Amino acid sequence: MTNHWIDIKNADVVLIMGSNAAEHHPISFKWVLKAKDAGAKVIHIDPKFSRTSARSDMHVPLRSGTDIALLGGMVRHILEKEQFNREYVAQYTNASFIVGEGYGFKNGLFSGYDPGAKKYDQKKWGFASDQNGVPRRDVTLKDPRCVFQLMKKHYRRYTPQKVSAVTGVPVRDLLKVYEIYGATGAAGKAGTMMYALGWTQHTVGVQNIRLSTIVQLLLGNMGVAGGGINALRGEPNVQGSTDHCILWNSLPGYLPSPTSDQVSLEEYLKVNTPATREPKSVNWWSNKPKYVVSLLKAWMGDAATSENGFGYDFLPKADPGVDYSVIFLVDRMYKGQIKGGLVLGHNPAQSMPNSNKVRKALDKLDWLAVAEIHHSETSDFWRRPGVEPKKIQTEVFLLPSCQRGEKDGSITNSGRWLMWHGKGIEPMGQSRSMGWMTVEIFKRVRALYAKESGAFPDPVLKMDWPQDYDADAVARKINGGYTRDITVNGKTFKKGEQVQGFLFLRDDGSTASLNWLYAGSYGPAGNLGRRRDLAQTAMQARIGLFPNFSWAWPVNRRILYNRASVDPNGKPYNTAQPVIAWENDKWVGDVPDGPAPPMALPGGKYPFIMQTEGMGQLYGPGRVDGPFPEHYEPAETPLKAQPFSAQLSNPCLKTAQSDMDVLAKPGDPRFPFVLTTYGVAEQWCGGVDTRNAPLLLEAEPQLYVEMSPELAKMRGIGNGDPVVVESARGRVEAIAMVTVRITPFKVLGKTVHLVGMPFCFGWTTPGAGDATNRLSSSVCDPNVSIPEYKACLVDVRKAEKVTELFV
Amino acid sequence: MSKALFIDTSRCIACRGCQVACKQWHGLPAVATRQRGTHQNPPDLNPFNYKVVRFAEEKTAGKVEWLFFPDQCHHCLSPSCKSAAQSFAPGAIVVDKKTGAVIYTEETAKLTADQCKEIQQACPYDIPRRNDATGRLTKCDMCVDRQHTGLPPVCVKTCCTGAMNHGERDKMLAMAHQRLEVVKASHPRAQLVDPDDAGVIYLVTNPKLALQRPKKEAVANYSRRELLGRLTAPFRHSV
Repeated sequence: MTNHWIDIKNADVVLIMGSNAAEHHPISFKWVLKAKDAGAKVIHIDPKFSRTSARSDMHVPLRSGTDIALLGGMVRHILEKEQFNREYVAQYTNASFIVGEGYGFKNGLFSGYDPGAKKYDQKKWGFASDQNGVPRRDVTLKDPRCVFQLMKKHYRRYTPQKVSAVTGVPVRDLLKVYEIYGATGAAGKAGTMMYALGWTQHTVGVQNIRLSTIVQLLLGNMGVAGGGINALRGEPNVQGSTDHCILWNSLPGYLPSPTSDQVSLEEYLKVNTPATREPKSVNWWSNKPKYVVSLLKAWMGDAATSENGFGYDFLPKADPGVDYSVIFLVDRMYKGQIKGGLVLGHNPAQSMPNSNKVRKALDKLDWLAVAEIHHSETSDFWRRPGVEPKKIQTEVFLLPSCQRGEKDGSITNSGRWLMWHGKGIEPMGQSRSMGWMTVEIFKRVRALYAKESGAFPDPVLKMDWPQDYDADAVARKINGGYTRDITVNGKTFKKGEQVQGFLFLRDDGSTASLNWLYAGSYGPAGNLGRRRDLAQTAMQARIGLFPNFSWAWPVNRRILYNRASVDPNGKPYNTAQPVIAWENDKWVGDVPDGPAPPMALPGGKYPFIMQTEGMGQLYGPGRVDGPFPEHYEPAETPLKAQPFSAQLSNPCLKTAQSDMDVLAKPGDPRFPFVLTTYGVAEQWCGGVDTRNAPLLLEAEPQLYVEMSPELAKMRGIGNGDPVVVESARGRVEAIAMVTVRITPFKVLGKTVHLVGMPFCFGWTTPGAGDATNRLSSSVCDPNVSIPEYKACLVDVRKAEKVTELFV
Repeated sequence: MSKALFIDTSRCIACRGCQVACKQWHGLPAVATRQRGTHQNPPDLNPFNYKVVRFAEEKTAGKVEWLFFPDQCHHCLSPSCKSAAQSFAPGAIVVDKKTGAVIYTEETAKLTADQCKEIQQACPYDIPRRNDATGRLTKCDMCVDRQHTGLPPVCVKTCCTGAMNHGERDKMLAMAHQRLEVVKASHPRAQLVDPDDAGVIYLVTNPKLALQRPKKEAVANYSRRELLGRLTAPFRHSV
């Protein structure tokens, strides 16, 4: 979230799209309903009518995978009806930037496409610069090559009729949504966007989010109270684990993972540290070397010296162009290229797409260790239905892990708040925290290296590793401290003191921090994640901002890009609900995005400090599949052609190649229906924890497939009948839930049926059903390799016999 | 002054936190359930579920309505179940003076099955359920134990949207009337359910749909196999 949960109450319009917030983030509705009480309109755009829709003013069903078409039409509407905030767009976004001659768009493809490699040459999309190397601009927004005009041209194609034909949303409903949401472009009005996996889990997942940011920037909704792009992160600590680099392609604090062609620290920093000649741009990432060196110093301790690039040489490097994300990891496992695995708190045999393939891939391992609270479909893959356990050669270990209440630690919530919790009770039996397991396993690996040596032992033997796991010590180290006596910014600090914040981190090895974003969370004043103080100023009270309750990254800033909530002179756009204001030569309110004066004053800076040029990116040349989001069909689509271009699906989409990675053809008559998958309020993620909680299993006991009465009639299915759902990859049994909450779509003049299934039920819970993900495909978004869980093709028929469900 | 609950179904998101918290607080075991084409599970109140969130849906003129009704004892101000039990076993059903909660005591075990049926039929909301194993009549006790120590009922404590409210009766009544005025703007048919007679005041947006109940003989709609399965199902997931 750029904003935070409480802030939702400040919105004039709440647009929930790609999310079933009421079911998956019930607490969000505390604030959505408060916004509604204050007169806000709540719009829910989602394929099915859910518990979220029930509490919204308007539910708009759209065919899964057509969000870009719908939002593209919204951009067109905002531009044509001039609903955008002109000053904001001209001054705070790259709308005025002149795009170089290399950029073009034709037949659904941007310039620079290489069909063989399925890749673009992104250099074609650069800005035209002046003699100083600063992008040329036209703040009147009239130059035909400026971003604003190119954007207008791009989305002019997204007429309500075309959008309606693709999404299945009637034109009148589209126009109603556009009008209501577009009205938040007025100064003093705010619209918030709440999204989750319904936007991300598509082959155009990143561009879905990109387009939402374009809408928010046009309407001046970034940085203001009640605005923002709000990713609803989950209770599994999605926010915290991403901050601390759960993904292969980043180091803690969103620093890029090094690649093997970046042979030295200097080279890595040179490639990854952006530079700008724009004097008003803060270009915050220019500080990257300080964060990288401090991270290396925290990892390697005394072994990190300037001679060895502070231990950069010890880091594993990815080969350039190779995808190490989990889909491709499983593919390598399936092909016998991986020997063993550690799976911590994850259930890939159940919650990863194409799970038949995942299960077979696990069969190829020599060994597998699973850290879990309960037995899962992954820990017990060797005795799954249809498999002879004797024939599985994998040696499997189950490491019993303890629950949250049994250990100290933290969760970072969606609003980026670090929430510390203390241990309530001792762990049951022999269960241990995963932190303890990690420390102990590595200690034993180290002992083996010390005894037997091995290839390149230095990274293993020299790492600064604790003797015992201590959550508090890890939190202290994440914040970071001084590694020697040093004078910074005119002040002297002693070795071992905690750093006050990331402004104090240095690139000479004198500071160590495991995550620059969290520097300041545990400074000299202690662990601020423990704070529960409700004190606030009158100004903060107006927007529900509690600066003394826990701590938010970065530097306790509660609303990101808040410098965009004021005009160039520092006056809030919304005077009733200001986030910050420039008063008597200083900022008041939230922690501003940097102390510099407002943009128009001497020494003033642009508001979007994380962007190299300081501007919100309407035009985003950094994404591999295009600088503007464009509608493409899901990899499996009921359509043979789409009206926006001849390019049916994302030209850059990624997919694993194996005999088990088969896809239905576009408009495949064998699989005529769209399947979308989701969670359910009563079960948590893949369901292992909650299926073992009897009271929750009582409330949601078995796998179901939601379908419209029209589809049910067509297939002769009654409500509550057991049915078989089949895709090109698998077959699943489920109970039919025939409901008016699912509605057939009129797409390009034809009826398209959609069915929906939860993914939480697995065979280790007897008779509950087995993985829905045996149906989904491992086709991915090209930017981040997130799989397309939300749209694939299936057939549904009445079951003659069921073996997976108690009926 | 007695206490009351105000249940504003216009704010309910059917997360069923209340249903589950109720079972947890009262130490009630899970019952075996099946997916039958609805989220409503267990299908009805039973001796181990004092509270069940009911789901009802309909589509009229292209508009879908999905209603949620956290069903439980209404704690009538003049409880007819108590009157019915009076001659059978005077201490079986009592009213807690401090809270106004209608309480079924251990003495309900002294009632015969037929007497229980009579008491059940006296209830205008079809709430009491007999535990045939213990012979006791069961239902919501408004968490009278929690209330006596100053805590709100657990369903109220767990509710995050403001659907479940608890407090002095006059305050709850005022809140209910105030909310009704607001809700009527978007739901003209909205009404309060028996606000002057019950200790639990419901606000419903579509009374006809919200209060419709499956016919009692609905159980006959189960296939023979399903019925047998239900009768013989062990408490597979019991705690």
